[in-house]
Amino acid sequence: MEQAKQIDVKKLKVSKKVFNPGPARSRTGNVINFLFLCLVGFFMVFPLIFIVSNAFKPMDELFMFPQKMLVRNPTLSNFTSISILMSSSWVPFSRYIFNTLFVTIVATFFHILLASLAAYVLEKREFPGRNFMSQIIVLSLMFTPAVTGIPNYIIQSKLGMIDTYWVLIIPYIGSSMGLYLMKQFMSSSIPNTLLEAARIDGASELRIFTRIVMPLVKPAWLTMLMTSVQSMWGMTGNTVIFSEAKKPLNYALSQIGTGGVARQGAAAAVTLIMIIPPLLVFILSQSRILDTMASSGIKE
Amino acid sequence: MATLTKANRKEIKRQDRKLLKKSFKRNWDCYVYMAPYGIIFFAFTVLPVLASIVLSFTYYNILEAPTFIGLDNYRSLLATDDVFITALKNTLMIAVITGPVGYLMSIMFAWFINELSPKVRAVMVTIMYAPSISGGAYAIWKLMFSNDSYGWANSLLLSVGIISEPIQFLTDVNWMIWIAIIITIWMSLGTGFLSNVAGFRTIDRSQYEAGYVEGIRNRWQELWFITLPSMRPQLMFSAVMSITQAFTVGDVTTQLFGIPSTDYAAHTILNHITDYGTTRFEMGYACAIATVLFAMMVACNQIIQRMLRKVGQ
Repeated sequence: MEQAKQIDVKKLKVSKKVFNPGPARSRTGNVINFLFLCLVGFFMVFPLIFIVSNAFKPMDELFMFPQKMLVRNPTLSNFTSISILMSSSWVPFSRYIFNTLFVTIVATFFHILLASLAAYVLEKREFPGRNFMSQIIVLSLMFTPAVTGIPNYIIQSKLGMIDTYWVLIIPYIGSSMGLYLMKQFMSSSIPNTLLEAARIDGASELRIFTRIVMPLVKPAWLTMLMTSVQSMWGMTGNTVIFSEAKKPLNYALSQIGTGGVARQGAAAAVTLIMIIPPLLVFILSQSRILDTMASSGIKE
Repeated sequence: MATLTKANRKEIKRQDRKLLKKSFKRNWDCYVYMAPYGIIFFAFTVLPVLASIVLSFTYYNILEAPTFIGLDNYRSLLATDDVFITALKNTLMIAVITGPVGYLMSIMFAWFINELSPKVRAVMVTIMYAPSISGGAYAIWKLMFSNDSYGWANSLLLSVGIISEPIQFLTDVNWMIWIAIIITIWMSLGTGFLSNVAGFRTIDRSQYEAGYVEGIRNRWQELWFITLPSMRPQLMFSAVMSITQAFTVGDVTTQLFGIPSTDYAAHTILNHITDYGTTRFEMGYACAIATVLFAMMVACNQIIQRMLRKVGQ
């Protein structure tokens, strides 16, 4: 009898490690839930495993029948072939890296600064036009760059921005997702009384913004940092950039992938290189991002 | 209210205007702080939508000034452009399947994940979210579904003996749209999914305790009566995300099937816009297509938001 009890306690401990304990939970339900998630998780990572494996496959394994999913004799030849392909182009490889870094850093910095400033005013001050602006921002979440591509191209070409770095940078600064998340996060994490107290003490609005608000919304601007790095890193700009010297890294690399069957391995290696940085940033900042997302809901 | 005289109403209006003026004056600095972001936002997000509506009534090829042609663009869209009708069908087909499926997945998986302990949860969230941040990773599906026997899917089916000849996944009109749908679903757990995960996490636990006292017996009742109603804001946000994703499939089809795809079998509205905008430079026409897309998305959003207000009732 006593032994049986002990075992039960042990089992309970194990299940507590994997599951969130709570009433109204049956163990079978928990197990089914976990197995189901593993199955779905497999569907999700399967193509990614395929990329990793292909990136390390030697030529003969890439064209083997039947195809094996996992690599047998891993090699770095696909990665070295990228650098060979890259060194034959007349623009040095470091130039593409500089382009991407420059565009990403400038756009991220100004996006976080200007969108936060606007979010602060929109959330914490009352002025005519505030509600109108807030509603437009929610609506504009749907109008992603993919949808507004053509009319945007017309505007950018009228402004003479085509084929400059600015065409990649400036539109991103004004993207609405970052501002929206920041604004929602401010509404839930900054008490109005704190701001009033600071105003009574005679702090200027800019001072309140830089000294009180920004340190408090760190999770939100880390989230903006992540989404910004993600989208700037993944940007090819292939419809707006034409000179080789201004192309971002992703554009240059994606040209390798279009080289056909013979470059299959190199294409997989390129894809792997493109996936890793955003994924790493996400893994490192996941808990901050989820903190920010907690306030992302649209309030009626 | 009804007893207000005309003079009274005028007086109220005048006072309102006075208050508004005062408020403008008192809060002028708000506009200064808003301006840098606001100008860029208007120029590259709002203006494109407005410009697109205006230009849709014109003939415009960028080089010459636009000429007003009334409803001609819309007329030819509906009456003579068979490819547009195909694109419309394909887009709706993809949207009707991937939108609801992706949306339900983002709620369901977030809910399932919420049942896990924090560490396992973090790993699962990363796995589920990975496809949507991997950007161009869907190019890998091209290898998996490649037309020859070296493609992974063909290779598997051939070696098991289900088929005797490789299936032309990327050029067979019966397969193409389904492959686009699978990939879109694969990528559908994005920002909206994260919002739901966070939403489940923030629900006040004392609500559940109260619920158990009231007689809630299992996780399903808990979900419908407590969980979902208290995360309605997140549900609304992720609905917007799902709609956006479902209607703007275009990159995937370009990458896998090219423009134009075989028999336009996977041609979407977004592909049609790109086709007219960047290769034919018929901007007016491209803008008319874009306007139709905007209208569809906004209308769909209105309907979904109205439905979501009924959750838990």
